[in-house]
Amino acid sequence: MEKELRLMKGNEAVAEAAIRAGADGYFGYPITPQSEILEYLMEANPSQTTGMVVLQAESEVAAINMVYGGAACGKKVMTSSSSPGISLKQEGISYIAGAELPCLIVNVVRGGPGLGTIQPAQSDYFQSVKGGGHGDYHMIVLAPASVQEMADFVDLSFELAFKYRNPVMMLSDGAIGQMMEKVYLSPQKERMKVFPDWATTGKPATRARNIITSLDLDSDGMEQHNRDLQAKYQVIREKEVRLEEFQTSDAEYLLVAYGTSARVCQKAVQLLRAQGIKAGLLRPITLFPFPTKRINELASKVKGILSVEMSAGQMVEDVLLAVNGKVPVKHFGRLGGIVTTPEEVVDNLKSEIIKG
Amino acid sequence: MIEATGIKEIIKPENLVYRKTNIMTDNILSYCPGCGHGTAHRILAEIIDELGLQSETIGVSPVGCSVLLYNYLDVDIQEAAHGRAPAVATAIKRLLPDKFVFTYQGDGDLAAIGTAETIHACNRGENILIIFINNGIYGMTGGQMAPTTLVGMKSSTSPFGRDVKTMGNPLKMTDIVATLEGTYYVTRQSVHTPANVKKTKKAIRKAVQYQKLNKGTCFIEIVSNCPSGWRMTPTQSNKWMEENMFPFYPLGDLKVPKE
Repeated sequence: MEKELRLMKGNEAVAEAAIRAGADGYFGYPITPQSEILEYLMEANPSQTTGMVVLQAESEVAAINMVYGGAACGKKVMTSSSSPGISLKQEGISYIAGAELPCLIVNVVRGGPGLGTIQPAQSDYFQSVKGGGHGDYHMIVLAPASVQEMADFVDLSFELAFKYRNPVMMLSDGAIGQMMEKVYLSPQKERMKVFPDWATTGKPATRARNIITSLDLDSDGMEQHNRDLQAKYQVIREKEVRLEEFQTSDAEYLLVAYGTSARVCQKAVQLLRAQGIKAGLLRPITLFPFPTKRINELASKVKGILSVEMSAGQMVEDVLLAVNGKVPVKHFGRLGGIVTTPEEVVDNLKSEIIKG
Repeated sequence: MIEATGIKEIIKPENLVYRKTNIMTDNILSYCPGCGHGTAHRILAEIIDELGLQSETIGVSPVGCSVLLYNYLDVDIQEAAHGRAPAVATAIKRLLPDKFVFTYQGDGDLAAIGTAETIHACNRGENILIIFINNGIYGMTGGQMAPTTLVGMKSSTSPFGRDVKTMGNPLKMTDIVATLEGTYYVTRQSVHTPANVKKTKKAIRKAVQYQKLNKGTCFIEIVSNCPSGWRMTPTQSNKWMEENMFPFYPLGDLKVPKE
């Protein structure tokens, strides 16, 4: 079947893609700038078509625990929110990671801290990539940079989530969530009919009971569980890195940026090249696993790197670790809901890296 | 295992007066001697067994003494975060509507940290059974004051007794959920005497039937004891429960179907 072309907001694309991916359940709570996801799903009413359950929970806390319950039944389930709501979900995300349950969590990031602002930001990088909740765990984190990727990454997220029995976060932002672009939508997938053997679906006589828990009061058992989790994260680091490069082959200066900032930086590269400065862009698509190896390789070829993020400098720490002192690395980004302009990136690269 | 002298000689089919239900595993219970949890587990297990529900059942255990419920019942169980069992159970039942879904929660879990999840699951009328063990104390964490701790009752965080002025009043969650449109059957029972065990078992059996008929939330409070947390012998604790808990948490139905 051919893909269907539509003009949609990023948030709407996530919702429509979830239905088409054959998702079994969505559990959400309104918060700007992502409420269109829940609104779209309620309007689309997929319970009448695919049978997908859509439920408005009493809180973000309840929503993520509904995701826990549904995921533990082996179902394709998801939630979405924006930064303050994602903070509320952290307890549940830690439990989901600990119990090794597959699910999708969409974060349409807004400026913080606290109630912050409803405008786009990228200041939830640490929370998404380094853990966020308690304990040693990682989500797989995908960073869409277009409405198309908002749609495409839903299916990809479920695929990775089930492959690794791990929560996947789609780390978007208010700009991508709210903007409208053309998007090619995949044909409708059927909902899963066969469930993983670990799922709690009612114990038949043919198997032992399935228990979903993150608890082990025996410290030796808990240490082993943690070692197993770390081994899984290592496999993910080795196999699941995704990135995109733009004009890096002859680049003397490298920009590293994801999501909205990557789009800004693509324009900045064009402006810099028009001025005779050989700039290139590396866009991490996965933030965990981070494209450490490729950035390290490029660091051997370039004179300096600017990490651009709408934050006070979070991803730059991972860039610094990847570069490992080979070349100067600086961060640039606007804060509090202001989207960086290409001109600002150009000026900053010149003042901080080229002349610095 | 304790083995009395000569016990092997009397193990014969004709001497059988009681048999452990198959739904209870052989794991040794982690509960203190005299605690009501073991009995509550057993009658729930017996009903799952008697009604042939093993392959239909998905349970949700809480954080607290009964966190290890999954070690004792031979059914599929999810261990929820503290207070979140009704939200977890909501999704299970919505996604697997033909299954029998229950939560098993203590008073700290259900009536303090999980108040919102409890009220909203009940208010939506989720087709689940909530079993609420109320012993007026946080047992597993070492006898701290719970939302259900009685006025004047001592605990490790109310060492001079619960003072209403500074610690607030005990919360009657069962009375609250009985007022919600979504609940279908709400009752308060106990498991400290054979007669009460029978009544509680009957209540759970009813709740299973109502869930099959998609009637809404069934909520069964079991007022229970905590000999360790209350610093009493099991016998003393049951007497104290009758004299102090029951007047404030009277046993009986709070909401029965109009049939």
